[in-house]
Amino acid sequence: MTAVLRTEGIKKAYGGVQALNGAGISVDEGTIAGLIGPNGSGKTTLFNVITGYDRADEGQVHFAGQVITNAAPDKVFAAGLGRTFQLTRIFPRLTVLENMLVAAQHKRDQRHTVRRRAMELLEFVGIDRHAGLLAGSLSYGQRKLLELAYVLVADPAVILLDEPAGGVNPTLINLIADRIRELNSQGKTFLIVEHNMEFVMGLCSTITVLESGAAVVSGPPEMIRSDKRVLDAYLGADLEEEEPDE
Amino acid sequence: MNRGSRPWLVRAVLLVLLVAVTVAFPKVFTNPAVTNYGVLALIFVTVASAWNIFSGNSGYISLGHAVFFGSGAYAMGIAARDWNVQGTTVFALLPLVAAVGAVIAVIFGLIALRVRRHTFIVITIAVFFIFQLAAFNLRSFTGGSAGLNSPFLNWPSSGYNTPFYYIALAFAGATIAIAVAVRRSRFGLQLRAIRDDEDRARGLGVRAMRVKLTAFVLSGAITAMIGSVWFYYINQVEPQTGFDPLFDLLVVLMAFLGGYGTIAGPVVGALIIEPGTLWLNTQPQFSGGYLSEILLGTVFLVIVLFVPRGIVSTGGEWITRLRTRGRPAVVPAAAGAVPGGSPGGPAAASTASTADATKYPPPASRASKGGAR
Repeated sequence: MTAVLRTEGIKKAYGGVQALNGAGISVDEGTIAGLIGPNGSGKTTLFNVITGYDRADEGQVHFAGQVITNAAPDKVFAAGLGRTFQLTRIFPRLTVLENMLVAAQHKRDQRHTVRRRAMELLEFVGIDRHAGLLAGSLSYGQRKLLELAYVLVADPAVILLDEPAGGVNPTLINLIADRIRELNSQGKTFLIVEHNMEFVMGLCSTITVLESGAAVVSGPPEMIRSDKRVLDAYLGADLEEEEPDE
Repeated sequence: MNRGSRPWLVRAVLLVLLVAVTVAFPKVFTNPAVTNYGVLALIFVTVASAWNIFSGNSGYISLGHAVFFGSGAYAMGIAARDWNVQGTTVFALLPLVAAVGAVIAVIFGLIALRVRRHTFIVITIAVFFIFQLAAFNLRSFTGGSAGLNSPFLNWPSSGYNTPFYYIALAFAGATIAIAVAVRRSRFGLQLRAIRDDEDRARGLGVRAMRVKLTAFVLSGAITAMIGSVWFYYINQVEPQTGFDPLFDLLVVLMAFLGGYGTIAGPVVGALIIEPGTLWLNTQPQFSGGYLSEILLGTVFLVIVLFVPRGIVSTGGEWITRLRTRGRPAVVPAAAGAVPGGSPGGPAAASTASTADATKYPPPASRASKGGAR
């Protein structure tokens, strides 16, 4: 397996707070990778650095044989790396279908094909009957599904999901997990940040644990579950050593 | 559903009627005092629609469009003066004026479009004052505070307004057509995505700066051209009329009164406000025109407080409410309220509300529907 997405020694500071301190992760092609860690450990910051929303102070991001460190978000997306946000971000005053078409890069004569593809993806996540509604009128869970669907429109090779199961009901969590599995079987690579351990352990083949802006351990779920450093990171074995959260 | 085809027919008939009325207007009302209203109203329909192509779609409120309007007037005046262009050939300079507007928009945009919301508005105001001060002070180039006079057009004075009326009408029609085309295009969708969440749009491959700048340039070029037409119509331009701070407020007010971000909104707003101010300013009892400014301020307040989405949008909702009176309130369910729970919710209810939504479009789809009104 080759790593399709890899970061090396990423450092990022906000003023005096060192959010990332040499974070290195590696995601193999065709896998579902997980990224976990306590609040404030730098998971979302790492996502932001990879996708161009934040600039890294140091370090490199490699994606599919290219170096994409500090590339603009639109360039990163064009390179084939899509993402969702922790606090779901859709376009509330566009219709659901229009939301889908924002990401679609197409020529005029492909309009019809793109539309059909968008409708198929809406059907895939189960919100196709809302296609004509304003996205702002969707429920939170439906917005999550829409966000996943519109990222898929441009057919990115790797998708970063920031807390796909956060704040949604168990039925929907199962639906989302199911969809991720299905997309993965079609060849999509995922990197998922998630606090729901059951979700991560059930879905991911490799999990990286981030603490204080650095990767402490990486491996299959069984290994992570029993790793002492992980338990320390989450439960705080030694209070004196523990870094203040957030 | 036999009502499916009727709205198209109704719209087509309305459109033909509208064109007929606007074309026939100067034939019916030959009094120059009346056609004057028509010319200026159409000039402002063009400006407000051009403003809306950029600001209404992108959400970046420009309070500096007078920069383009004045620059267009001055560009035409300076070119005609320095190259000794006379008579109707001056209108051959329109492409040059558009180019001047476009170049200014590129430079202006590259500076101003780096920032958002309030900061953007403040920068557009600042750029506006730079241009006004330049027009006052670059005396050898702009004629200073005396301004420029347009070369003489030897059109018969009896029907002098009529050709201007049709020129302004052509500009208004073309600008509205462009606005509709933008609205329906992928470019327009990207603009509206930027309005809703610019960073998210960038993360979906939208080249935000390029898209915003294109819209700004398009809007600026149209505004510059109609500015030069206005200059010829008025026969002169001075720094305080070409670069008029009230102009910017008027244009924004027109768009907000009619319906910010819709196609029909700025048109309706301009057709109400421009003739209204003109009429007030010509009434002797309201000497000096201050009353119209006070009234404009009041109208602005009332709109922002009570009809923030404008006549076209809110009026459309009222009509819908009247038509659905006595029936279950489907409109709020489709447009406003959050449908409860999971997507696996009651399928029947959701399907019903979708069907109703196509019949009674929710607020934002009014824009596409508004085009043909």
